[in-house]
Amino acid sequence: MPAQQVKLYQIGTFAVGNRLLDAEQRTVQARMDRSNSLTSGHRACRGCGEALGARYVLDAAMRATGGQIVAANATGCLEVFSTPYPETSWQLPWLHSLFGNSPAVASGMAAALRAQGRRDVRVVGQAGDGGAVDIGLGCLSGMFERDDDVLFVCYDNEGYMNTGVQRSGATPPGARTATTRPLGAQPGNAFGQGKSLPLIAMAHEIPYVATATVADLHDLEAKVEHAMTLHGARYLHVLVPCPLGWGSASEDTVRVARLAKETGIFPVFEAEHGELTSVSRIRQRRPVEDYLILQSRFAHLFGEPRRDDIIARIQQQADRNIERFGLLDPRAQEA
Amino acid sequence: MLSQLEGSQATAKAVARCRPEVVAAYPISPQTHIVEALSDMVRLGELAPCEYLTVESEFGALSACIGASAMGSRTFTATSSQGLLFMAEALFNASGLGLPIVMTVANRAIGAPINIWNDHSDAMAMRDSGWIQLFAGSNQEAVDLHLQAFVLAERLGLPVMVCMDGFVLTHAVERIDLPTVEEVDAFVPRFEPRQLLDPAHPVSIGAMVGPEAFTEVKYLMHARQMQALDEAPSIAADFGDAFGRTSGGLMHSYRTEGADTVVLALGSQVGTIEVVVDDLREEGHAVGVVELVCFRPWPETEVRRALAGAERVLVIERAFAPGAGGILAADVRLALAGTGTEVFGVVAGLGGRPVTRSAIRELVDDVRAGRLAPEGTHFLGLRTDVVEHQLRRADGPRPGPHAESVLAELGIVGSGSH
Repeated sequence: MPAQQVKLYQIGTFAVGNRLLDAEQRTVQARMDRSNSLTSGHRACRGCGEALGARYVLDAAMRATGGQIVAANATGCLEVFSTPYPETSWQLPWLHSLFGNSPAVASGMAAALRAQGRRDVRVVGQAGDGGAVDIGLGCLSGMFERDDDVLFVCYDNEGYMNTGVQRSGATPPGARTATTRPLGAQPGNAFGQGKSLPLIAMAHEIPYVATATVADLHDLEAKVEHAMTLHGARYLHVLVPCPLGWGSASEDTVRVARLAKETGIFPVFEAEHGELTSVSRIRQRRPVEDYLILQSRFAHLFGEPRRDDIIARIQQQADRNIERFGLLDPRAQEA
Repeated sequence: MLSQLEGSQATAKAVARCRPEVVAAYPISPQTHIVEALSDMVRLGELAPCEYLTVESEFGALSACIGASAMGSRTFTATSSQGLLFMAEALFNASGLGLPIVMTVANRAIGAPINIWNDHSDAMAMRDSGWIQLFAGSNQEAVDLHLQAFVLAERLGLPVMVCMDGFVLTHAVERIDLPTVEEVDAFVPRFEPRQLLDPAHPVSIGAMVGPEAFTEVKYLMHARQMQALDEAPSIAADFGDAFGRTSGGLMHSYRTEGADTVVLALGSQVGTIEVVVDDLREEGHAVGVVELVCFRPWPETEVRRALAGAERVLVIERAFAPGAGGILAADVRLALAGTGTEVFGVVAGLGGRPVTRSAIRELVDDVRAGRLAPEGTHFLGLRTDVVEHQLRRADGPRPGPHAESVLAELGIVGSGSH
């Protein structure tokens, strides 16, 4: 029997562990000098995963660069809830141009900084899954391919939430949205081949690609800090549950995000130059049902008749992720 | 310094001497020679410090310019036709944000049917995008307008489109008096951005504006555009003082003194019209021509003043609004409303069809002899037999694609036979 692993945390995150950690290991958010780049008072929904994710990402990027960050933002929830002018929640230089162009805007910023010889100032681009996976994909791919010095962050809530929860290219199969209602023989979103933007990013062989969730904010911060030590095109894909669109309880945002990882539905990993370099292992494997049942967008799978066939297909996808990315701890598997 | 240069090369050199810091462009004919030349200069370090971004689309090109301009860099891009339309959303964004980007539009027709040759459909389709639109009559003016465009854009905080006829100008080799680096440095001041993304002074740009303030924000765009009606002539006068030639401004009048008939047009066709005017004047006919340089903002008062006294005005334009008619003609009719001057709207030169000296002469003669109705829209050189036949065919079942049908009827093989 293998030696039992010592865990300093009880709920699967470092949230409680912060106080037990050395000062240097604590999260940026736990520090008095955090920059509050996305400060309080904005109009995100209760339990918004995107607001949580953006706050951690930007504060970590600000800390990593000594506050020398400029941000390009796509149209979407993050833009709308943060800037009902004259109110703005941004405490960094921030530009919103259009829905589909934030990667190109960020590229332009980086080019200007190069021309101006300002190596100290760094660029972060931000978009939701609509702005990155769908309408902004062309610009994003161009930014990757040119290896522009931009950290681009996609806050993936798996749908067009700002316009009223319609299906995006990142909406999972079976999910109910306003354009994939649970009607007919195949309720919810159709099964396709999926559209993994992290894998698409890796295919560009850019210096750094990582995925994260708002369930492990220490991991998210660490990935941002690492990304800021690198130059060239970097991509961070953060799963951010949306209580409104997913029909999950506001207080369950972190729990749902954690289950996305623990079920294998959302693989958390890092890659450099197209090669997988690390994965966050599943600590306690859970069936996808535990994840789905917390979200009313999947409620039709558990009604009358219960759609075990669809749940099984979603489980197959999670199993495939687990195998493909090696998400299980080999020692746990031996046990 | 005088040299024999292709229009695109001359434009590229003029732009280079304005010291852009970021150039982002996507290839589309007939604009490509301009950005190819700039790419070479950047690679050779002749433009340092300047970054050239080979973007994935025109939408990306202008979007990169938006980011770079907001970072405080002088930015330039160029496009044509479909590319300008693909930029459409970003065009409105750049002007709405008040970013002084300068763009060359090598004017080209818009499909379908796809056509790479010159007309003004592209620029006209974007006339409400909030960009200042200047049209060059010659390659010398194209060169000069680029210098003036950077000054105008940065003085007003608005983007400027310099339109030059695709192929007719971009690919024509002409004698060019190219301003020297020192002359351009003296004429185009350093870029002092009105707004800037700066970590030392963080601002939010591009916020949402609701009904409480949207009208006021949009009105300011309009007011700043209208300021160009004063600024453009003032900059052109400064240019005249510095370089000793007339270029830019709102318009150029040619032999309009005492003219009973004045032709008004945009772009390179004015050169041909001037030759016709010379012929007519020599024969004792009082005909003149006004070359409009500044189409947006629309210099309504100045147009009325320039055309005052003419019995009739003939607007020849290389674009039109389907279902409505001439675009420039409609604006001119508004400018001349109540003056008693008759306005004749003629659409000519679509998709690269040559607007010849003889055709213009015939047109002017027709107008002066009362053979053309002042109402409606006339299409110069339209093959009425073909369109009438095609309209009859269209009544039958499944008449098929009409462009291909017209080509078949005309017996045209390949695009170079016209």
